[in-house]
Amino acid sequence: MNRLIRVFLAVVIASALLLFAINRLNKAEGFAGDNTLTIYNWGDYIDDELIDRFEEETGIKIIYETFDSNEAMLTKIQQGGTTYDIAVPSEYMIDKMREEDLLIPLDHSKIPNLKNIDERFMDLPFDPANKYSVPYFWGTVGIVYNTKMLNDIEITSWNDLWNPALKNEILLVDGAREVMGMGLNSLNYSLNDTNEAHLKEAKEKLDSLTPNIKAIVGDEIKILIANEEAAVGVVWSGDAADMMWENENLDYVVPSEGSNLWFDNMVIPKTAKNVDAAHQFINFMLDPEVSAQNTEWVSYSTPNKAALEFMPEEMVEDERFYPSPELTEKLEVYENLGKKNLAMYNDFFLQFKMHRK
Amino acid sequence: MENKFTRNIYMVPYALWIALFVIAPILLVLYYSFFDIEGNLSLINYQKFFTPVYLKMTLSSFWYAFLITLISLIVAYPTAYLLTKTKHKQLWLLLIIVPSWINLLLKAYAFLGIFGTYGITNSFLEVIGIGSQQILFTDFSFIFVSVYIFIPFMILPIFNSLNELNPTLIDAANDLGASKWTTFRRVIFPLTIDGVKSGCQVVFIPALSLFMLTRLIAGNRVITLGTAIEQHFLVTQDWGMGSTIAVFLIIIMFLFMSFTGTRKRGI
Repeated sequence: MNRLIRVFLAVVIASALLLFAINRLNKAEGFAGDNTLTIYNWGDYIDDELIDRFEEETGIKIIYETFDSNEAMLTKIQQGGTTYDIAVPSEYMIDKMREEDLLIPLDHSKIPNLKNIDERFMDLPFDPANKYSVPYFWGTVGIVYNTKMLNDIEITSWNDLWNPALKNEILLVDGAREVMGMGLNSLNYSLNDTNEAHLKEAKEKLDSLTPNIKAIVGDEIKILIANEEAAVGVVWSGDAADMMWENENLDYVVPSEGSNLWFDNMVIPKTAKNVDAAHQFINFMLDPEVSAQNTEWVSYSTPNKAALEFMPEEMVEDERFYPSPELTEKLEVYENLGKKNLAMYNDFFLQFKMHRK
Repeated sequence: MENKFTRNIYMVPYALWIALFVIAPILLVLYYSFFDIEGNLSLINYQKFFTPVYLKMTLSSFWYAFLITLISLIVAYPTAYLLTKTKHKQLWLLLIIVPSWINLLLKAYAFLGIFGTYGITNSFLEVIGIGSQQILFTDFSFIFVSVYIFIPFMILPIFNSLNELNPTLIDAANDLGASKWTTFRRVIFPLTIDGVKSGCQVVFIPALSLFMLTRLIAGNRVITLGTAIEQHFLVTQDWGMGSTIAVFLIIIMFLFMSFTGTRKRGI
């Protein structure tokens, strides 16, 4: 018994020491300061140097946390207990957060740099007059393919994926809206179609693609394609840019039938404690030079028109990542379809996944 | 009297634990399963479960869990038996347990490299003349990796029961003229059946609800109930349907437990 008590005491003391050490470390990093700004962003989605620069210029300490899906972010903000001052949701999620009254309206007078944003990306349906959000990055969903492995097969459209020569060569990203959207687009239906018959048709069309599909995976798709595990992948444009950086045989195309156009946007959630600093940060990120540096680092497409001047020409003129207005016309933004329709998309996606070769 | 009192005191943490972390979650799961996606009270989720999609999924989860358990058992029993015969039992046992300390995700990622088109397995197959095969994203790789992950949990209980086996019983069987096979069938196996049962429980039940490996190793070519639950909670946010599937999983687990349960007499 005595020994048991001694062991128990040792554990308690060790825990207390660890706790103390963590506290000291946090203090040394300035976590306990008053003027802090908590940012909740996707992983790998900002140039760390810019965080340092912002801290130096303003004296505001930044606490940076990351999430890996819109839904996970929503859950954390809904449940409270967090003090995020800035979050970066995608467009359909902003619609939802607006409905649930989770956002604080922006004070445009505190964000003079808003004028730098390309008009094409302002006042979009998910947030009229940009009352709550400022676009951060945008991109498309498209096809990345390995020119060396495919020899002469050309891919310019979704329907090109149904080519029997691509047997077992396609990796899909594990997203219901992306994959169902690809089926809908290949039939020339809208990405936001909620007609059950159309979705069923799309699912059946996708079923016929199964011989060509090697796997449906998550973020690993970046490594797998870069390592030439498969020749073709359906991915987001920024991921494609990352892969192309790793493997020079890769090329990216936005399919001619149309595809998804998405936006990630900076918002101030209701959990914010430091609304002033949040406005300062948004304004800082919209500065042309800062935005250019960030874009070069992140490699997604920037909505900041003024920033384009500070970026290398070959990046700005790359039609794969800055598609011409004609092609952009054909791209659709996801609408918030409501829980019920989203469930329908997921049911069809699940059935498609269960379809065996 | 006082003895009984202190014993009750000691029961408090245990009772609290069970109430908070076992009973309450199960009740919550049951509660959520009666709500449809719009938050109305209904039985639609149960109706939906009995459609071909979910029944097929249940069957395939069962089938894969069964295969994983069977293969683990076939590999684990002889291994455990040999272990009891070795000189440095504890060392060998430790070597088998050590991999289970490594994070599951890390091990899964390692297999992405090992089984990949340009991984070492395929280089080896090239060298011996079989040629490169697709290993990743097949049923084979899924079952192989699952067995690899679960096998220490199968070996441990079997090893323990074999280790506790009184060697004089085997001597007695030999003296009475039983062949090696008969000794195994009539003496060793019946006496270690409890170890086999608990090994099967520890493997079969988690194998039923595997979800991460189905994406990483099987590339979503294998869909289990676990995958569906994950999707309903994280993507669709249809907590009702997710909970309903969980309710059925819990029922299946209870059935399996009572089916393989060990009836111990005495204490």
